[in-house]
Amino acid sequence: MDLQGRNLIAPLDLTVEEMEQIFNLAEKIIAKPQDYAEVCKGNLLATLFYEPSTRTRLSFEAAMLRLGGQVIGFSEPGSSSVSKGESIADTIHTIASYADIAVMRHPKEGAALVAARRSGIPIINAGDGGHFHPTQTLTDLLTIRLEKKDFSGITIGLCGDLKFGRTVHSLICAFARYSGVKFVLISPDELRVPEYVLDEISDYEEVRDLSEALPQLDVLYMTRVQRERFFNEDDYIRLKDSYILNAAKMRFAKEDLMVLHPLPRVNEISTDVDDDPRAFYFRQMKNGMYVRMALLMALLGKEIA
Amino acid sequence: MEINSIENGLVIDHLRAGSGLRVLEYLDIDTERGSVALIMNVSSNKHGKKDIIKLENIESIDINVLGLIDHNATIIHIRNGKIIHKTKLSLPKKVANVIRCKNPRCITSIENVPHIFHLADNTGKYRCEYCDNFGRINDGK
Repeated sequence: MDLQGRNLIAPLDLTVEEMEQIFNLAEKIIAKPQDYAEVCKGNLLATLFYEPSTRTRLSFEAAMLRLGGQVIGFSEPGSSSVSKGESIADTIHTIASYADIAVMRHPKEGAALVAARRSGIPIINAGDGGHFHPTQTLTDLLTIRLEKKDFSGITIGLCGDLKFGRTVHSLICAFARYSGVKFVLISPDELRVPEYVLDEISDYEEVRDLSEALPQLDVLYMTRVQRERFFNEDDYIRLKDSYILNAAKMRFAKEDLMVLHPLPRVNEISTDVDDDPRAFYFRQMKNGMYVRMALLMALLGKEIA
Repeated sequence: MEINSIENGLVIDHLRAGSGLRVLEYLDIDTERGSVALIMNVSSNKHGKKDIIKLENIESIDINVLGLIDHNATIIHIRNGKIIHKTKLSLPKKVANVIRCKNPRCITSIENVPHIFHLADNTGKYRCEYCDNFGRINDGK
């Protein structure tokens, strides 16, 4: 795997082969995590979170610590010089002189690309506004792969906020490169997938009704309508309850359906679905740590034969 | 209306009717080097109406800028009263600080970085390098 020193900014920054290599390594780590406990000893990860995060930040930090490395960073811009108006370029210049690799989340789209251009260390995009979230895609695809073994012939429904959903955009772009994958895009008109993402796929349909689409799906990817992406509160309130998946609706789904969600959820998946064996979102969350361990290793050139 | 032909220089033909003045402005031609004629709303078999610019004794212009403004135009090179070459224009693959990204969520709205766009199709649609939203040349600065 020749990923040493590379950045991961957009979902297509990794080839299909490179993604498969990361999944293979993640599966080895899942099988024998103790073998990797000191692989990154002496390495320092910087986590730069300009926007709140629970899973992504903690899973990156846990990943680095479980590899024997250490972590510095900030979890809100108010606790750094960003609050004094420091540019991304200057911040990343500083961080690059302390750390070996950095993870960045920012509310503005393209922020991680700006950082990567000014950094001498690998930059991982942990979410840039409503644009991309490529490491969530690695998490999502690893979770599907562990269960389904093969992506060919999968029909995936993506439901909810498909306009501002960065996890959705990344997943569609990356998944579309596998043959035989069909997309069912379930959203209100106002939250449809943006044109630049639709340009990447050919086999898809756009629908409004979750219940009608559900029976044909092998994977259902639910998303939250994100209050923080709306400039107008009225629009958010009007759209926030567009889709709610509950146990009653699950009766119409396939027996081997996988329900995924990047989390956090609000009310779009009712808690009565949590105990359904088809609910994979908590397992998905744990896979996120393992795939990020694999990614950190790859970008730091720590491959183990 | 009749305009004398030129002996040496360039003719920018097939400009979209009404765009000639803007083209001249962008090309920023040094008129001390030669004569400039702008002919507007000329009848055209192909386009109905068109503008033409004639540049006497001026033999080089910024083709990239012209491609941006009107990629359907043709540049005709004239020497000793004869056409020696025609240049068809095309849209530039990448432009910087020509289109401004209108996405309020784009990093260009807060960080001091150039607005870079890449050509997305042959209709003049460009994609922002940072946020992937689309823009067009005529969206302006």
